[in-house]
Amino acid sequence: MFKKCILFALFGLFAVSAAHAQKYFTREGKVSFSSDAKVEKIEAVNKTATSVYDAATGKMEFAVLIKAFQFEKALMQEHFNENYMESDKFPKASFKGSVTDFKAVNLAKDGVYPVKVKGQLSIHGVTKDVEADGKFTVKGGVIAAASTFEVAVADYGIVIPAVVRDNIAKTVKIDVALTYQELKKGS
Amino acid sequence: MKKHLYTLLMSLALSMAALPLFAQEDLLSLLGEEEETTDYATASFKTSRVINLHSLENTASGVLDFKISHRFNTVQNGLYDFFGLDGANLRIGFDYGVTDRLAIGIGRSNYEKTLDGFAKYKILRQSKGKRNMPITLAAFGSVAMQTLKWANPDRDNHFSSRLYYTGQLIIGRKISEGFSLQLSPTIVHRNLVATFDESNDVLALGIGTRVKLSKRMAINLEYIYVLPDQLAPQFVNSLSVGLDIETGGHVFQLHFSNSRIMVEKGFIAETANKWEDGGIHFGFNISRVFTIVRPPLD
Repeated sequence: MFKKCILFALFGLFAVSAAHAQKYFTREGKVSFSSDAKVEKIEAVNKTATSVYDAATGKMEFAVLIKAFQFEKALMQEHFNENYMESDKFPKASFKGSVTDFKAVNLAKDGVYPVKVKGQLSIHGVTKDVEADGKFTVKGGVIAAASTFEVAVADYGIVIPAVVRDNIAKTVKIDVALTYQELKKGS
Repeated sequence: MKKHLYTLLMSLALSMAALPLFAQEDLLSLLGEEEETTDYATASFKTSRVINLHSLENTASGVLDFKISHRFNTVQNGLYDFFGLDGANLRIGFDYGVTDRLAIGIGRSNYEKTLDGFAKYKILRQSKGKRNMPITLAAFGSVAMQTLKWANPDRDNHFSSRLYYTGQLIIGRKISEGFSLQLSPTIVHRNLVATFDESNDVLALGIGTRVKLSKRMAINLEYIYVLPDQLAPQFVNSLSVGLDIETGGHVFQLHFSNSRIMVEKGFIAETANKWEDGGIHFGFNISRVFTIVRPPLD
């Protein structure tokens, strides 16, 4: 009887750790955006996005530090933080959602898996429901995830004054590219 | 039966212990505490000048700031000389950010045909987070050289008589999003002065502040207190008030001041007009930045 108990318990533990191993993370995700307006193109890159993906449930989360976006021009970076994103007030942008068709993805097997991601995107203190296409690329055990989607700046309460109307696009393109690592206990 | 119960309880207990792993609502919190980063205060002033005084801000690394400044005649003669706009002192200058801490600059003013050059280094930068620093501290040094023909060519004239030096500390803080304050203890050294009563070294304390009106507009105020008994009697302290307007790559600084000279030795030690007598000059600084060295983005 006691043996059974131990077995049962062990099985329970195993199930737990297996589920645990199905979580993946990164602290070095790359999030870049580009605004392609009449007068100029503005691009910025952030290489410190954090994300966790739970392969067992399809849940996915992102957090991005606004001040960590690097621009080509120092003044653009200053204006981005001071005038548009108000990064002292809203230091982070985040996404909380899930991969809707996560069951079709087998992260243990090499391949390209197109997916749909759905959830809530918070930028500049405004949260909106969003949906985007993305894909998982598994190759030799390395799990990469990528997505490109567009965001209308006005949706997030970011006001572009008339004088720079031709310099900043109304819709910016956001690229997400990252490599997930297995989330182990204590990491 | 008892044993079964025991087994069940035991298994339940073990599963419960592991449950928090499942119950975790916020996935990101699984990553634990983030590594703290240093968050430097930025944009305490719209540009590297308050009005005449240098501000807490430096030109960013790799950026060239082209500055055109005018100070017109006093407004007191009204429409006859279009409130002073018929005559102007002007300075054309270039500031360059060598690093994020070090900026250098040169300029040429028509007043006394003066050339000036400066270097400004940020010793401390206001920050929070990993590194906490309540203030920004910068050291500033400049040399101004007037290049007028000698007033009295027959006497023994020395080149050094053309030179003026300024040493300054800039201590300040972006106190809130919309309010910045700085103090600028300054020494101006003049190799040659006109009379025995004037000192070669002039000690002064500048105070500058910025109050934001909106994201793109701010009011700046600047006052320079010169310690007594150093200047010829006609000279007074400089007081200026201005409006900064930022439009993308430009910053327009429009102001009223009783100072008309745009190098330190002038606006600190040679301000001759008085606000109360209508000795007010309208003026502006226009700043246009060009990114010369772009940081790699990839």
